[in-house]
Amino acid sequence: MISIVDYGLGNVQAFANIYKRLGVPCLIAQKPEELTKANRIILPGVGSFDWAMEKLEKSGMRMTLDEMVLDKGVPVLGVCVGMQIMAQRSDEGNSLGLGWINAEVKRFEQTEEKILRLPHMGWNDVTPLKSDKLFQNLNDPRFYFLHSYYFSPHSPQLSLASSRYEIDFTSAISERNIMGVQFHPEKSHHWGIQLLENFSEI
Amino acid sequence: MLRPRIIPCLLIHEDGLVKTTKFTDHKYVGDPLNAVRIFNEKQVDELVVADIDATSHFREPDYDLIAKLASECRMPLCYVGGVKTAEQCERIISLGVEKIGISSAAVESHGLISEAASRVGSQSVVAVMDVRKAGFLRRYEVFTHNGKKATGLTPVDFVEKAVSMGAGEIIVNSIDHDGTMKGYCYDLIDQLIDLVEVPFSVLGGAGSLSDVKDLINRYGVIGASAGSLFVFKGKYRAVLIQYPNVEEKSSISDFERSPIRT
Repeated sequence: MISIVDYGLGNVQAFANIYKRLGVPCLIAQKPEELTKANRIILPGVGSFDWAMEKLEKSGMRMTLDEMVLDKGVPVLGVCVGMQIMAQRSDEGNSLGLGWINAEVKRFEQTEEKILRLPHMGWNDVTPLKSDKLFQNLNDPRFYFLHSYYFSPHSPQLSLASSRYEIDFTSAISERNIMGVQFHPEKSHHWGIQLLENFSEI
Repeated sequence: MLRPRIIPCLLIHEDGLVKTTKFTDHKYVGDPLNAVRIFNEKQVDELVVADIDATSHFREPDYDLIAKLASECRMPLCYVGGVKTAEQCERIISLGVEKIGISSAAVESHGLISEAASRVGSQSVVAVMDVRKAGFLRRYEVFTHNGKKATGLTPVDFVEKAVSMGAGEIIVNSIDHDGTMKGYCYDLIDQLIDLVEVPFSVLGGAGSLSDVKDLINRYGVIGASAGSLFVFKGKYRAVLIQYPNVEEKSSISDFERSPIRT
């Protein structure tokens, strides 16, 4: 059973609809006890870093999530801010992240001479950096992005895929059972459906 | 490579979808959920849905409908219409919408954009402005309430203020070009596009894919939104939902452009 963490952020229903179409059992989890049966977890997110942390704390599911991911090794996929909060900190706010990954979240650099339109919004290419189950059967993968901050792992080996927006940045990560994508697979047509199907088979 | 976004804009009026011309002459074009399903199949880049009754009828956004639309959409959704408070923004995001368009409330309540941005993040707050030429001097002015209420603001004032308060995207809609299918209003876009560092989208006037291509050739990575183009076919404006296929789209938008604003 895939549990989609519903802490009031992000499109839980869109994930559920995709898994329903794929015939993969899934559950929208709003309480800790709805997480404990999961053999896969999706941590979605739309919004700011601090707000996401606050909502997750308030949902009462944080401790159970830590336990499932860190102690039991249940595969987890963070999406957008859901990925960013797996890091230790973010330029976007003051809250501490979940700290599951040795990483920080940085803002795309703006200078007087170089004005980059932010947020990075729209469809961009995603280049896998190594062969991994998550990116199997994806032809010319492109996904929808909506963010102004990017995930920067301390160890480059954790980068699973990169994308380019003036700089090359990490658009997917993987460390043991912990995976994250900066883009929105739930809103990325057949590419997103394939990636979510891949995650369900990991 | 980040691609320009080609975005159908759907208008909700009395529970159905309509298309207007210069904000009047509502023509019924179908059912909102059915249209979303068709646009899913056509793999559209993004969708804007505007409830054009909410503000002028002084009512709340229709949360049931928004939830249905959001869960049906397999592409990002921007909802516009009747959003007046940060709590409403939070609620709409929690229903699974990616972006919220704020229009009249951006003019009436100065704190709303910044309050909404601090809760749901700038990336999800879109300032939407409807503009037409008005007054003796025929200068561009921002209007609200479906083009009926003059604000006294110039588009430049509105855009600068919205961005300084934390809007993450600007959508500029030309009332004079709405439904005319005669091409985008370059004169207006030229005044605004380099003022801001956030993504910029335009609506009003696209009548063919070559209008969209022309827009993208001029401005690079931009949001090209349209209503009539994606719901009407032929000169008699028969209702037919359409969208460029993969080949048509890549011929319009697949070329490398620097995202740096000059």
